[in-house]
Amino acid sequence: MALTEEPQSLVEDSGDERPKWDNKFQYLLSCIGFAVGLGNIWRFPYLCQTYGGGAFLIPYLIALVFEGIPLFHIELAIGQRLRRGSIGVWTAISPYLGGVVSAGLGCFTVSFLVSLYYNTILMWVLWYFLNSFQNPLPWSSCPPDRNRTGFVDECQGSGVVSYFWYRQTLNISADIGDSGALQWRLLMCLAACWVVVYLCVIRGIESSGKVIYFTALFPYLVLTLFLIRGLTLPGAKEGLLYLFTPNLEILRNPRVWLDAATQIFFSLSLAFGGHIAFASYNPPRNILSLINAFELPDQSVSRDDYPAVLADLNATQPARVARLLLRSCRLEDFLDKSASGTGLAFIVFTECLLHLPVAPAWAVLFFGMLFTLGLSSMFGNMEGVITPLLDLGVLPRSVPKELLTGLVCLACFACALCFTLQSGNYWLEIFDNYAASLNLIIFAFFEVFGVVYVYGMNRFCNDIEWMTGRRPNLYWRVAWKLVSPLLLLSVFGAYLVLLVQKPLSYKAWNPQHVGPSMKPFPDDPLHGQCACHLCLRMGGSECIQDWGPSRPGAPAP
Amino acid sequence: MLWLLFLLVTASHAELCKPDAENAFKVRLSIKTALGDQSYTWDTNEEYLFRAMVAFSMRKVPNREATEIAHVLLCNITQRVSFWFVVTDPSKNHTLPAVEVQSAIRMNRNRINNAFLLNDQTLEFLKIPATLGPPTDSAVPVWIIIFGVVFCIVIVAITLLILSGIRQRRRKSKGLPEVEDAEDKCETPITVENGIPCDPLDTKEVHLNEAFVPEGERLTPL
Repeated sequence: MALTEEPQSLVEDSGDERPKWDNKFQYLLSCIGFAVGLGNIWRFPYLCQTYGGGAFLIPYLIALVFEGIPLFHIELAIGQRLRRGSIGVWTAISPYLGGVVSAGLGCFTVSFLVSLYYNTILMWVLWYFLNSFQNPLPWSSCPPDRNRTGFVDECQGSGVVSYFWYRQTLNISADIGDSGALQWRLLMCLAACWVVVYLCVIRGIESSGKVIYFTALFPYLVLTLFLIRGLTLPGAKEGLLYLFTPNLEILRNPRVWLDAATQIFFSLSLAFGGHIAFASYNPPRNILSLINAFELPDQSVSRDDYPAVLADLNATQPARVARLLLRSCRLEDFLDKSASGTGLAFIVFTECLLHLPVAPAWAVLFFGMLFTLGLSSMFGNMEGVITPLLDLGVLPRSVPKELLTGLVCLACFACALCFTLQSGNYWLEIFDNYAASLNLIIFAFFEVFGVVYVYGMNRFCNDIEWMTGRRPNLYWRVAWKLVSPLLLLSVFGAYLVLLVQKPLSYKAWNPQHVGPSMKPFPDDPLHGQCACHLCLRMGGSECIQDWGPSRPGAPAP
Repeated sequence: MLWLLFLLVTASHAELCKPDAENAFKVRLSIKTALGDQSYTWDTNEEYLFRAMVAFSMRKVPNREATEIAHVLLCNITQRVSFWFVVTDPSKNHTLPAVEVQSAIRMNRNRINNAFLLNDQTLEFLKIPATLGPPTDSAVPVWIIIFGVVFCIVIVAITLLILSGIRQRRRKSKGLPEVEDAEDKCETPITVENGIPCDPLDTKEVHLNEAFVPEGERLTPL
């Protein structure tokens, strides 16, 4: 769930106009659209797979029941209550904090930060979407090098899809300190994204309410299509069994509980993701290696003969066979590797798309789905930015809402320009890891604390009874008073502990060694000091082995 | 005597052409993979053709126009089909430098491939990289075209929305005095929300959420 949504958007208090949802279904779709975002699609399944399949659902459900739902309810209730008189309520809650300023500023800052980099991800999605309208897809083959004798080195070392993502899309620099130039392609896509967002929120829910039908329903349609397609492929049963078979041992790891709790909040997981090399195992390749090495006649070894022939050769000339580096394919090897975040969407899944029939159509569907998913979450974020500005009365009432929205979008666009630099991806990772989640936890904690302890549980329950006719029962009261604040504090504490334990670092792309490597933060006031300079080569050499083409001159897999 | 000469010649050939010899190249063909049912068998006639194609390629190199088919030597032919070849100079004492042979083959790769109905992947010259085809980029990248289309549609939609907003506001500022007269005339106005008439609330079943009741309606008038 994304708890950054601002339910104040439900009814606008801008003068005479009271835009309304056309019907309940639209309101429901909007809520679903705000809550279901990119993190749900590309992080939750990863967490399920990593943390023992079905067993992960246990901590997740516990976190949902004791943390997610109570907080969501509080936020909706506050939102409705706030609507009645935002200034009055917050000064009543905490006169020391100065009322509107802190509350508005709190919502505003978090929403602003999140909108900035959420839309940057949409920028990448849009780039891929625009590039999907061609056959063959641009990430299907490496570009040839200058002599045209082979493919570009970096591409051969890392693999086509990684090369397309890191070089042709991001044109990433090797270090966060090295900002590089603005990437004009990404700049155009960023401008387009902000223009689309502006179009959808230009009139508030009046316009976004119409778009939400499409943006909220389309992702589910596409996911169903992909599900059907996936189920018809061989190995589907094994994959599903692997995903859902609970492995209860994993629950002993405290990290699982922390991840479940933070997944409730907000998680985009802009990780590199594992490298699942779909095409690194190619059955004909093993046979070809055998035939070439032992000068057997062409096409003399079929798939059925292969085991027998291999055994035969292994018995007579084991040294030569060992030198061939034949690889065996075990499904478990692939199932063990998992990917999330941008690694899943832009590397693993783009490669997967290459293997589907009519690849451009599937690519268009997939990236269109990601775009609409992100867009519907962006509506909530933008309302969180615009509504406090409207409430604070930053601009005079005579200024039309369209102008304010336009100015806000323009300002966000200007701030997000830093993400189109060559080091933009690193900045985004830092934002995601350190800026959003922590802030949200703190903000949510103060929200619960402020409402329950400062405003008063009784008063709040009275308000709810006044609004809905029913007093919240024991479950809600216990959750709000005890469980949620405690859980939030412990999650926050655990987060800090984990952060402090290892030096702050980020994964950088190394074009020489070709692959991601861990780099410490530079001495930057934003990120603090970093004592040690550990550099782990994360699978760099593995990349060269797995991803290289079988022989020079052949198209990369 | 002749027999001795023959031995000498084959011996010298053997020295010039052998696996990993200086200036020798290995060739590997995958005829069955390329042609399937229509594949031909590799025999001495095919070898002759190959030698002819190599000689033809060498003749195109300046200073090597005198290369003959007999100067191209093949050896170590296997079932795979693979073999090694060298190109000797007219004296048949030493082989031509690998660099020359390589560039000659590269220039005429297409002709050689077509002579055997094969392509770069099925007729491999190990250590002679093929020239890859140029990337098929259209003058204007596809993504820019799609981008232009999407952008134009969005800009048009925004303009329309803004214009309609301005028009609505102008109509409202003119139409307000008229609406107030209409309300006085109506006795029981049927509330219409967004074009859909609302039924009066059945207050027994439905609880009115007072958060959404506007301020003015709650307070009793003076």
